[in-house]
Amino acid sequence: MTRIAVLKTYKIYIGGQFPRTESGRYYTPFNKTGKPLANMCLSSRKDFREAVVAARNAFGGWSARAAFNRGQILYRIAEMLEGRKAQFIDELLQQGATKEQAENEVNISIDRLVYYAGWCDKYQQLFSAVNPVASSHFNFSVPEPTGVVSIIAPQQTSLLGLVSVIAPVIAGGNTCVVLASESKPLCAITFAEVINSSDVPGGVVNVLTGKVAELAKYFADHMDVNATIFCENDIDTKKLIQDKSALNVKRVFFYDDVKWNVADAENPYFILDTQEIKTTWHPIENIGGAKAGY
Amino acid sequence: MVAINSNYNIPDFSLSPRIDQVGVEERAKRFTARSIKTTSKVNGLKLVLNMIDLTTLEGKDTEGKVKQLCYKAQHLHDAYEGLPTVAAICVYPSMVKIAKQALGNSGVKIAAVATAFPSGQAPRDVKIRDTKFAVDNGADEIDMVISRGKFLEGDYNFVFDEIAAIKEACGNARLKVILETGELVTYDKVRRASDIAMYAGADFIKTSTGKIQPAATMPVTLVMLEAIRDFYYKTGKMIAMKPAGGISKAKAALHYLVMVQETLGSAWMSNHWFRFGASSLANDVLMQLVKEKTGVYQSGNYFSID
Repeated sequence: MTRIAVLKTYKIYIGGQFPRTESGRYYTPFNKTGKPLANMCLSSRKDFREAVVAARNAFGGWSARAAFNRGQILYRIAEMLEGRKAQFIDELLQQGATKEQAENEVNISIDRLVYYAGWCDKYQQLFSAVNPVASSHFNFSVPEPTGVVSIIAPQQTSLLGLVSVIAPVIAGGNTCVVLASESKPLCAITFAEVINSSDVPGGVVNVLTGKVAELAKYFADHMDVNATIFCENDIDTKKLIQDKSALNVKRVFFYDDVKWNVADAENPYFILDTQEIKTTWHPIENIGGAKAGY
Repeated sequence: MVAINSNYNIPDFSLSPRIDQVGVEERAKRFTARSIKTTSKVNGLKLVLNMIDLTTLEGKDTEGKVKQLCYKAQHLHDAYEGLPTVAAICVYPSMVKIAKQALGNSGVKIAAVATAFPSGQAPRDVKIRDTKFAVDNGADEIDMVISRGKFLEGDYNFVFDEIAAIKEACGNARLKVILETGELVTYDKVRRASDIAMYAGADFIKTSTGKIQPAATMPVTLVMLEAIRDFYYKTGKMIAMKPAGGISKAKAALHYLVMVQETLGSAWMSNHWFRFGASSLANDVLMQLVKEKTGVYQSGNYFSID
């Protein structure tokens, strides 16, 4: 007897929970041969609003964690992803990848998480500075996380692009709301399941599925979002995002010419993008006859 | 002790109606399913602002904090034109004088929590002096707590007489009677305490001090609103209601308005008859109002600290 396949309905990921979209709307992405892949939530602006509230609530705890502990947790995500490799490869195959491409994409994704896990307690040294000043002060600058980051993930990859934009943002102590690839969304929610079982506190990563055209405006104009990342070379959307982000002077980043599957796509400057530099003037006495300085 | 409302037939409070717990909780849930959008939402939110008793009741309250609160009461968000003020500010008796100076003739009332708030564990003459002190300093409203211990022991006469005595001490100030529903535990007792308070002369009945969890919930408020309705049918006298504590979101506040409208009717839809005791609610309402105006979701960073 032939069995009727169960077409999975994927949910979204907000504040450590997997709710359905409050809008009750769904869409069905198809693969190249016209086969329906799954039912996906068509998230609304209210889902985004809820996700930002969750991300804001999670920010205090996540940014205050020891950097080393954030590294441990990112490494844990990599471990969990490794353990569920087969499922991700299967989903990538469904979405039109060849076997070789699929295996390659999952492997690079795992390696990328390990890469950023390592950077968690090291980028601070790289980007900090002790500044020479003319008065008797110890003057130093250190990077601190900017806050809540809204991210519209790369559209062409299902997993690698998503991992590559989330990892540096959370490695730096930020929390984020991510919109998955519209046409290849399967891995995003499965990746949310991985995150949910990796000691990542609820709300640090929130994953929505839906349409860029509908949600880009809200990703850019929400006053409680501190930075926004967009990964497509779409001039109209880029203009919209720049325009709306001006409202609260969000930091805007376009990663539209990054090839995610090569080594260039991982470097600590991606972490630096969502950091603010804080400079401290600490008064000191002259010590041992030395001149003012440090 | 002479009861102020002695012209009423005082009922036997042990016969107050019993409350159907499941029914009341389901009914309360219904009020959260109304859809209130656009213009009605904006009007509703402005009404909510106008019904807030902006509250600070902490041991660490200073004159500066109270002055800041009084400023906020009159200038909720100056960037948004045409906003109402809040109904009142709610402080300890020792701060009434400061508040009076800071509020001037702005129309914002001063409510003072008296009678050994929040526990109410003090002799009656102390409670009366506490009340008189607040009134003499210029309080427009007195928030008293009932003696929950005596009430739970079944000494209803004690509770009744105490409320009547405080009412007398209030003079022209309106009296809010705090039942502290979180300590009464059952809806039956909430209903009974509501009846005692209203017959003894309360102008308002109020759910909680905000110091005990759970504070105001929708079912508890519904029980009290229904007690007010029954009292109105029996005596023709309107009693006001104030849920306090735990209402911090604009959406929840709108649900309460729906409940008042559908239980008591539009006569109660003003700050003379309904109040919210809250400290953080105002900012959330302001954020929703600005969102409705600009179409952009707001951040707490751009609103004054409360």
